[in-house]
Amino acid sequence: MSTDAQPAVEARLGPVDQIPLGEGRAFLVGDEPVAVFRPRSGGLHALRAICPHRGGPLADGLVDGEVVMCPLHNHQFSLADGTCATGADDVTAYAATEEDGELVVRLH
Amino acid sequence: MTQTATRPETPDAASTKSRLVVVGNGMSGARALEEILARGGGEQFAVTVFGDEPYGNYNRILLSEVLAGAAGEAVDNEDSDDLYLNPLDWYDENGITLHAGVRIVRIDRHAKVVLGDDGSVTPYDVLVLATGSRSFFPPMEGMWASDTELTPGVFGFRSLDDAQAMLAHVEQHRTAVVIGGGLLGLEAAAGLQAHGVAVHVVHPTEVLMNQQLEAEASKVLRSKLEQMGMHLHLGVKTNEILTADGRVSGVRFTDGSDLACDMVVVTAGIRPNIGLAMVSGLETQRAIVVDDKMRSVDDDAIFVVGECAQHRGEVYGVVGPLWEQAAVLADVVTGADPDAEYHGSRLATKLKVAGVDVAQMGVKAPERASDEFVQFSETGRGVYQTVVIRDGTLIGATLVGDVSKVAALTQAFDSRSALPEERVKLLFDLGSAGDASAAADLPDDTQICNCNGVSKGDLVACVEHGAESVSACMAQTRAGKGCGSCKGLVKEVVEAALGGAGVEDPADSYYVPGIPLDKPTLMREIRTRELKSVSSVFAALAPEGKEHVGSKMGLTALLRMMWPDDVVDERDGRFINDRVHANIQRDGTFSVVPRMSGGVTDAAQLRRIADVAEKHDIPMIKLTGGQRIDLLGVPKEKLPEVWADLDMPSGWAYGKSFRTVKTCVGTDFCRFGLGDSTRLGIDLEERYKGIEGPAKMKLAVSGCPRNCAESMVKDVGLVAVEGGKWQIYVGGAAGATIRQGDVLATVDTHEEAMTITGRFLQYYRENANWLERTYDFVPRMGLDHIIAVVVDDTEGIAAELDARMQASVDRYVDPWAADQTEATPGQFHDALPLVPLPQVPVREGSSR
Repeated sequence: MSTDAQPAVEARLGPVDQIPLGEGRAFLVGDEPVAVFRPRSGGLHALRAICPHRGGPLADGLVDGEVVMCPLHNHQFSLADGTCATGADDVTAYAATEEDGELVVRLH
Repeated sequence: MTQTATRPETPDAASTKSRLVVVGNGMSGARALEEILARGGGEQFAVTVFGDEPYGNYNRILLSEVLAGAAGEAVDNEDSDDLYLNPLDWYDENGITLHAGVRIVRIDRHAKVVLGDDGSVTPYDVLVLATGSRSFFPPMEGMWASDTELTPGVFGFRSLDDAQAMLAHVEQHRTAVVIGGGLLGLEAAAGLQAHGVAVHVVHPTEVLMNQQLEAEASKVLRSKLEQMGMHLHLGVKTNEILTADGRVSGVRFTDGSDLACDMVVVTAGIRPNIGLAMVSGLETQRAIVVDDKMRSVDDDAIFVVGECAQHRGEVYGVVGPLWEQAAVLADVVTGADPDAEYHGSRLATKLKVAGVDVAQMGVKAPERASDEFVQFSETGRGVYQTVVIRDGTLIGATLVGDVSKVAALTQAFDSRSALPEERVKLLFDLGSAGDASAAADLPDDTQICNCNGVSKGDLVACVEHGAESVSACMAQTRAGKGCGSCKGLVKEVVEAALGGAGVEDPADSYYVPGIPLDKPTLMREIRTRELKSVSSVFAALAPEGKEHVGSKMGLTALLRMMWPDDVVDERDGRFINDRVHANIQRDGTFSVVPRMSGGVTDAAQLRRIADVAEKHDIPMIKLTGGQRIDLLGVPKEKLPEVWADLDMPSGWAYGKSFRTVKTCVGTDFCRFGLGDSTRLGIDLEERYKGIEGPAKMKLAVSGCPRNCAESMVKDVGLVAVEGGKWQIYVGGAAGATIRQGDVLATVDTHEEAMTITGRFLQYYRENANWLERTYDFVPRMGLDHIIAVVVDDTEGIAAELDARMQASVDRYVDPWAADQTEATPGQFHDALPLVPLPQVPVREGSSR
């Protein structure tokens, strides 16, 4: 679990196309499990991979351009900032970018 | 802060005001005061209030919750603040002088002063008596320790002190006798029971709550209370309270029998507090006699309100009339409407008695031969309802256990409006009229909250003034803050006013929420535009072309059904189960169920399953309700390996799809078997395996009407009947919903059974809404219509349905075989890195 006090961790995670369009995949960045999503509408988004509600795998969730839906109980989290619109706690959001075709994730 | 004033002293600003004195600080006194202040009485009067309980005024209706609440019972009103109607600083803020704990002992009507037991003398110009009532203690040996002190262990149930004294007492005591099975007695009994005290209720007649209920209604209530473990002694009178060492030790009944107890609660009725009025020379009968302006008939300067007032021969003991009286009194006292008159109240009460909802209005039972009486009794569920109609007008209604129709009945009762020809409609929704529309249709003056006298109009006004939530309206009007039983209705009214949940939502008809089209229209658009991928459907038909997460799965299923040959397989449109052909579990692992058609297996298959389970450390092996074997707790990345080792086809236990055909052994072994249910089950499953639809489809085939495969509660269930025929049931369910299937057809042959089953399933696939199971689909479409289309082919589409089903059958591919190599990058990658899986413990079958 990262906090603001920790030094920034940046990970280069390989080619972007290891994430199928419109899906998510889970990665380990340092000690932090991170789910990275690649919506069809464009962009990359990273959230902590574990649903704050009951520990569901967010990388297995359905996504649209705005949210991911946890496969266990359908809680929805904003891809942009991790806020939950369905009453569960928010999930931590991280920065995900594409650099030279490669996926880069930064923890604060 | 009690100040005494012998005579008006030095004139100050306040002395230019008239002096209003209120004696009694309970619900009626406080209510009268609030009504007076609401009419500008604060400017007009210098107000002094006397209350002999040393608290601000509190909501007596909630006393039973005080009693129950301390036991950790669910209390409707979370805030203990709710108990106090007005906190002490409310008096300060309104410039009211409160003398709590001072009892007024006499009114000197000539001098126009009231005399307190502390020696105070307080002058008035207008006096309001709201002295309320007190518990009635029937004369009985052992009741009193002295002239003023009850025997230790004997309690009334009327004041906050009573409730708190009981609370202090329950901890050391085991058995309580409640004398009097009226409303208050039952509330006290339930409260005590919540503290683990054994409770005996003694009531002199066979009819509990006989003020409100007639015998049959009372019986239903009685059985509910007995189910809760309450001991009821009906038709029994208490003769004596037995004591030992000066404390309660039991009660003796008039038949001479004894009941040991260490606590007695007396709720044998209430008596208006009229002593003050009597010694002061006011006309009293059962209570203080008042005219239509709520004035004492003897003195124009003295007004009376609440339980101590007798108006036209009636003394009211519930809050509704009290509110009406307070409003009239305030109109007259302040001059806001000097001609206001109170004409009595029609009583409609809604209560929760020991957790059982009860509503009662008007007469309890028919009184004349010509009265109509509609009666409904469902004792198993503890529901009893009656209405009494005279000359086409509702004059009485009683609801026990289910009070969902109380709003409509209250409306009919209050407005004397026209009643439906079918009287039973007063009690049941026949057809489509929902409660929400009922709330919207109520006239504005319908009282919604009987405790706080809040009408529908008050709530609607609240919404019109900008309140955006139910809780905001409740906070502003105090609706629902009394006994809490009207909260559901308050919500309905407010939501209707907000235009929220109460009104018909067009989105209800959409196939999926993200595309504003119903299923037939959506399918027509998809077909004419040849949309073969989920993303193309969003692009063409969604608002602004935006994807919608909650719609992807439904669209994927629809497209796979519509385009069996050339659907564009976008894996991101599938739910995780359909991406990896297994059912996700709570810890992120998956369950694996191989196909075992008809629930028939063999030794080699079982041996292989056992080997796989051992090799992969399967945490749990479980037989399913559909007669399959479930291997639970398989991590996602191991799925292809487990499938390969099993070397069995997928059992589709994860999809919105054809699941299983459960069978009995039929003619193979069963001595009762009439048809070969096992063969038909296997053939059905082999043919329709994995067919996707709007929701899962569970089937069964039974070899005789003993129905061992439970065919009548399946989406499609077949039963062999005499003469080699098969009866086909559709729309059954035995899950969250229980529904017995309807007979679709009785067919002569195995082949016909196969065909009709497939045709029904295809018709369901094409016409059901997303996630609509057959148990909703069949009644929605109408059984007759489905029989006409599927069996009698009145629309001439049977051949097309069969052909389209055949196309789906022909394109079937076993997903476990097909996805042995990844269909997408990382298809089986772990989605919870670092979390050790499975999280669930390994359960040893033999050791449990």
